[in-house]
Amino acid sequence: MHNNYQIFTERPDLSIIAELIEKNSKVIDLGCGDGSLLDYLTKAKGVTGSGIELYQDMIIECVKKGVSVVHDNLNNGLSEIKDKTFDYAILSQTLQSVDKADDLLKEMARVGKKVLVSFINFGFYKARLQLMFCGKMPVTKSLPYQWYNTPNIHLGTINDFRTLCDSIGLKIIKQISANKKLKTVSEYWPNLFAITCVFMIEEK
Amino acid sequence: MGSVGIVKYFDYTFGTDESEALRLDCGKKLSPVTIRYETYGTLNNSKTNAILIIHALSGNAHAAGYHSDTDTKPGWWDEMIGPDKPFDTNKYFIVCSNCIGGCSGSTGPRSINPKTGKKYNLDFPAITIPDMVRAQHRLMEYLSIPKWLNVVGGSMGGMQALQWAIDYPDKVESISAIATCARLSSQSIAFDWVGRDAIMKDPVWVKTQGNYENELPEHGLAIARMLAHITYLSDESMNTKFGRKLREKDNYSYDFSKNFEVESYLEYQGQRFVERFDANCYLYITRAMDYFDLAAKTKGNLTECLAKVKSRFLVVSFSSDWLFSPQNSKDIVKALRTNNKDVVYCNIDSQYGHDAFLLEVETLGTLISDFLSSVHERVQKNA
Repeated sequence: MHNNYQIFTERPDLSIIAELIEKNSKVIDLGCGDGSLLDYLTKAKGVTGSGIELYQDMIIECVKKGVSVVHDNLNNGLSEIKDKTFDYAILSQTLQSVDKADDLLKEMARVGKKVLVSFINFGFYKARLQLMFCGKMPVTKSLPYQWYNTPNIHLGTINDFRTLCDSIGLKIIKQISANKKLKTVSEYWPNLFAITCVFMIEEK
Repeated sequence: MGSVGIVKYFDYTFGTDESEALRLDCGKKLSPVTIRYETYGTLNNSKTNAILIIHALSGNAHAAGYHSDTDTKPGWWDEMIGPDKPFDTNKYFIVCSNCIGGCSGSTGPRSINPKTGKKYNLDFPAITIPDMVRAQHRLMEYLSIPKWLNVVGGSMGGMQALQWAIDYPDKVESISAIATCARLSSQSIAFDWVGRDAIMKDPVWVKTQGNYENELPEHGLAIARMLAHITYLSDESMNTKFGRKLREKDNYSYDFSKNFEVESYLEYQGQRFVERFDANCYLYITRAMDYFDLAAKTKGNLTECLAKVKSRFLVVSFSSDWLFSPQNSKDIVKALRTNNKDVVYCNIDSQYGHDAFLLEVETLGTLISDFLSSVHERVQKNA
């Protein structure tokens, strides 16, 4: 039913994340934007949620929806939050713009029993083709910035992410690729055909 | 958006009988105690729509509307209170009371001491922020309000709002703490000291040893206000408003008379203040702020002192506020998060310094209005 929500048609990764979250759980959404996901989860799944967001206009939108949100920069860390306060810690398409992605992932796995992360796969074939044949940094629908003005300072591939999780002691429980048009191939060769990917991870 | 129109104030007096006196943190008792308050809107049948608004240092119970047809100035937060305004009087019942120790109707240093028949002046007992809250609680009982939907305040009002959450956790559904702190900083204590020093070195104050009657220590109070007023502004807002603009003349006068616009502005602020505020009240209230430390009973541990609060929180700071800096608010938010409490925090981008809490009406109003709606909705659903 949630596919009717506009946020889910624009962001298939959010649709996957929403499906993975169990009813009545406690959730923190890092970089929660206008609070749409938390709003949906609260109404549809009885979730108790809160968010962290950097931008004032987004905070105002969250409060409008009744979503509890704290104005903060994720680079300041989560040190004040106790271990396993949440059932899920969510980070959707934000990993690529934080200062230290590895530290944040570890912190998320500390405060959340499970971590749900989605990011844009830089190993996607269209990105590879642009670099291969044009010799230029890829500019795609999901990566619309130029190399000199992109806020995405830590772009990586699905394989890169798997290696990172392994090296910092995080276990991947689930990996779900998103590419509606190439659904089957993106499941077989995610690193090449998944536009975005959702991982469920936890501490080893 | 409308106005609450013509309003009137009420005085509630308790503790005429000593057994009913207000017990103060300093160990003394205050009796009798009068609390001046105003209300706007209507209390609903289930008594679930009452909001307590708490004023800052120099505020009073007159938060909205006018006292008469000829009144030129509305209450101090009129832009926020009224039909369809953030504190929507169509939905909520608003109470605003003057704090004890003040000089705007509630019992304070300039009230008559029943034991002597003269003004208290320095015989008035020292009061604290928790004392002010305790007095408000007596008013709450008198008004038969079982639980506030929201207790809200900026600056010193915010301190009291936070104190409410700790001292009466079951009586506050939500708290809005705006441009405030959990404990007054060393810098603010220092400014208060200088302000009080100006008052206590005023010739009238010295001559009467603080027990002045009709002749007032106006000069000292004006200096204290000018100093404090600078701390309410920001470097940027002063530069925007005054820059180095000269008043009247095109050139310097090469003496010590007022040359710059900012000088005459400050003098004006000082003069206006002595017309409506009292010097001894200023001493008592700034001292109450100095003593304020939410975590005093938990040996400075803010997390521990907030462990038992049950309210939902809205914490707001302003980016250019250096008197009650955003860090002060962040400390409160951190402690609440460690306790896994429900908190909304926004650091509003503003150039107005501490005064922003009275000036950033649009952004603050939106946040308050939406926060209140969601709290109200939840309460109605659970009723």
